[in-house]
Amino acid sequence: MDSAGWTTPPDPSYLPATVRRSAKILVVGPAGVGKTTFVRTMSEIEPLTTEESVTAAGAGVDDLRATPAKTTTTVALDFGRRTLTEQLVLYLFGTPGQPRFGYLWETLARGAIGALVLADTRRLQDSFDVIDRVERLGLRYAIAINDFDGAPKPPPAELREALDPAPATPLGICDARDPGSCRATLITLVEHVVETAAVGA
Amino acid sequence: MRPGPHRRESELVRSYVLTRGRARAEQPVEPAVLVRATTRGTVPELDPDRRRIVQLCQGGALAVAEVAGHTGLPLSVVLVVVGDLIDGGYLAPASAERPSAAPGPELLQEVLDGLRRLDDSA
Repeated sequence: MDSAGWTTPPDPSYLPATVRRSAKILVVGPAGVGKTTFVRTMSEIEPLTTEESVTAAGAGVDDLRATPAKTTTTVALDFGRRTLTEQLVLYLFGTPGQPRFGYLWETLARGAIGALVLADTRRLQDSFDVIDRVERLGLRYAIAINDFDGAPKPPPAELREALDPAPATPLGICDARDPGSCRATLITLVEHVVETAAVGA
Repeated sequence: MRPGPHRRESELVRSYVLTRGRARAEQPVEPAVLVRATTRGTVPELDPDRRRIVQLCQGGALAVAEVAGHTGLPLSVVLVVVGDLIDGGYLAPASAERPSAAPGPELLQEVLDGLRRLDDSA
């Protein structure tokens, strides 16, 4: 993933003066699953990054394979935006899966429409913790298998059994590089949120 | 290019000073809240980091997360500082809605309609 590096932030691209409301969706998943690519594909601005200091556990920390275990480290949060109407802008937050990222997860989850869980068929088990965390935060979610070239493509029923999401959770395939595919995935998620909100879940 | 341990420590100290040691603001702000500056001019009474945030927001509306991205300050720090700057009258939310409320059916429908109408080639 292209998450490393200190780049000069682009000049601020301000929102149109007519925009009055914002909405946000979290894009979550283990390191290297395509969160940054997804955000970049959907964003109308060059995605931005903020770095957070976190107290890190040595093991199971995402994006940090190249760095030795240490007590304090930084994780990057990538995000982008897409203006949907004259009044409304959607933010997409590519949220790292670190166990110690809890406070920021809670902050990001507050007021969010829901979460898109990206998964990779070659390492489905890496998604278990992420799905648990999304459920604990009470977020509605959809699961999208990122369609990596050469990755196995088990039937959806098998994937559902392996990932065991909440009943009625949408599960599909997505190509994080393809705008139409990303957009369809987000529509599926929001439709799911609308439906479950309607039944008062 | 990564800052060394010494730099990291001083950043932690800087974060502590900026937030006055608080983990969260009294006025909770979340990362997608849109803010703009209410004042023009150079706000010399503010410390450099706060001044930079206000001056950035003088250009137009941005989400709090974008303020963090453009200033290079950690999001957790910017959430607290922006809350303070709203309390202090330097920044104002672009919307009167409660930002932390769960999105209502009307907003959900608006997002859905907006996504359906997006042009994939844009």
